[in-house]
Amino acid sequence: MTCMIKLDKVSKKFGTGVFALSDINFSVEKGEFVFLVGPTGSGKTTIFRLLIRDLLPSAGTITVEDFDIVKLPHRKIPFLRKKIGFVFQDLKLLLDQTIFENIALPLEIANVPAIEAKKRAEEVLEKVGIINHKDKFPIQLSGGELQRAAIARALVLSPDIVLADEPTGNLDLETSWEIVKLLESINEKGTTIVMATHNTEILKNFSKRVVGLDKGHLVRDDKEKKEKK
Amino acid sequence: MVLKTMWHNIRRSPYQAFTAVFIILQTFFVVSIFAFAVWGSARIINYFESLPQVDVFFRNEAKQGEIDTLKKQLEGSGKTASIRFVSKQEALNIYKEQNKDDPLLLELVTADILPSSFHISTVSINDLSTIADSLKKSEIVERVVFPKQVVSKLIEWTDVLRRVGVALITVLAVDAVLIMTVIVGFKISRKKEDIEIMRLIGATNWYIRWPFILEGMLYGIVGAVLGWGLALGALWYATPFLSTFLHDIPVFPIPSTFLLLIFGVEILLAILLGGISSFMAVIRYLK
Repeated sequence: MTCMIKLDKVSKKFGTGVFALSDINFSVEKGEFVFLVGPTGSGKTTIFRLLIRDLLPSAGTITVEDFDIVKLPHRKIPFLRKKIGFVFQDLKLLLDQTIFENIALPLEIANVPAIEAKKRAEEVLEKVGIINHKDKFPIQLSGGELQRAAIARALVLSPDIVLADEPTGNLDLETSWEIVKLLESINEKGTTIVMATHNTEILKNFSKRVVGLDKGHLVRDDKEKKEKK
Repeated sequence: MVLKTMWHNIRRSPYQAFTAVFIILQTFFVVSIFAFAVWGSARIINYFESLPQVDVFFRNEAKQGEIDTLKKQLEGSGKTASIRFVSKQEALNIYKEQNKDDPLLLELVTADILPSSFHISTVSINDLSTIADSLKKSEIVERVVFPKQVVSKLIEWTDVLRRVGVALITVLAVDAVLIMTVIVGFKISRKKEDIEIMRLIGATNWYIRWPFILEGMLYGIVGAVLGWGLALGALWYATPFLSTFLHDIPVFPIPSTFLLLIFGVEILLAILLGGISSFMAVIRYLK
């Protein structure tokens, strides 16, 4: 299988001297759905930030698709980020733009012609079930709807990889289920998904690979166990 | 999209947009006024330069034949543009016309006491002294008058006007650039979060920079159009007064080609000024 993400002996030490990650090794194959779990401060978000080159590791190598993250020239970072759909923990929607404008933004950044962009943005809004809210502003939507909007924006460029950082963090259980099912349906169509969560209910009910972190150390990887068996 | 984002930025902070346009407007208002003034003073100098600058008054005993010979000599020098002879009788007619409201003055003067004269215009202002000096040597010439000092003074004043204009415009342009840089920089700071989001979803630096640079250019264009229009309005308002003041000097109307040329140059300068200001801001605030 094609390796989509590979972290090899990755460590990240912040300026304060604190190690956010220590010697992390794992890889994600094409089409996999991986839960990245761990308590707050375990390093989940740091891994995501490394994967989109928002941070550089202090040691080790990271490969995302064909991109060598450490050696990636600054001018090529936008190309990497267009290949990855990112659902941010704090959503990062533009509050003064409508939901449609937010979803269309990555298409505009990627220079997709306006007519094509409109079609694709509406398709993805339909897919995540918030097409009726396309002309509303983020402040007018509920938590679950905002989460769907963030997912829609992550999907609109049809990326091969979607990184979802705590997409169910602030949602009730029922809405959380809907979001995870939505991500699962996207994964079934071939998109590789890495989802950070500390929601144990979700983990119990979805038989997906789990990579566990604690205080920056890799403490669990179901894949390794399976391979060892 | 870039234009849409630019328009969005302007709409979100209209007071800053107004300030930016206003400061550019001031600069280009002054640029336009000085351009008109420099053009007008050039016309005034041209007018004086093309006047019969040397007035030569002949002695009473000068014979017509001697006067004609002198005229031929002057024409032969190639330095004169035109020579107009004013006879004693013509001089009296001019005197009568000028003093028609004062019968007492008219009674006292006859053609005999007025000298005949030449009114000579030269090809170049530099030839005035040469011609005047050669005429002073002639035995039939009583007096030579030429307004060299007037023209020199005018040239001096125009030079001062140009220098003051350039200095004032430079100060205003620097002011405009600095204020625009601060305004665009402030707008960038306010949009820092949005810019960060755009970067995280794959926007290039230039995708983020262009709306701000275009915004600066748009402020420049709008400011220049308003500044030029306001100066034109002021000129239109002042034309009757200036025309009366300048009397025979043909400064007005200012040709539309000149006004359009000023407009075109100002628009280009405004684009440059706005572009440079916003570029400085994006380089400073969008590292």
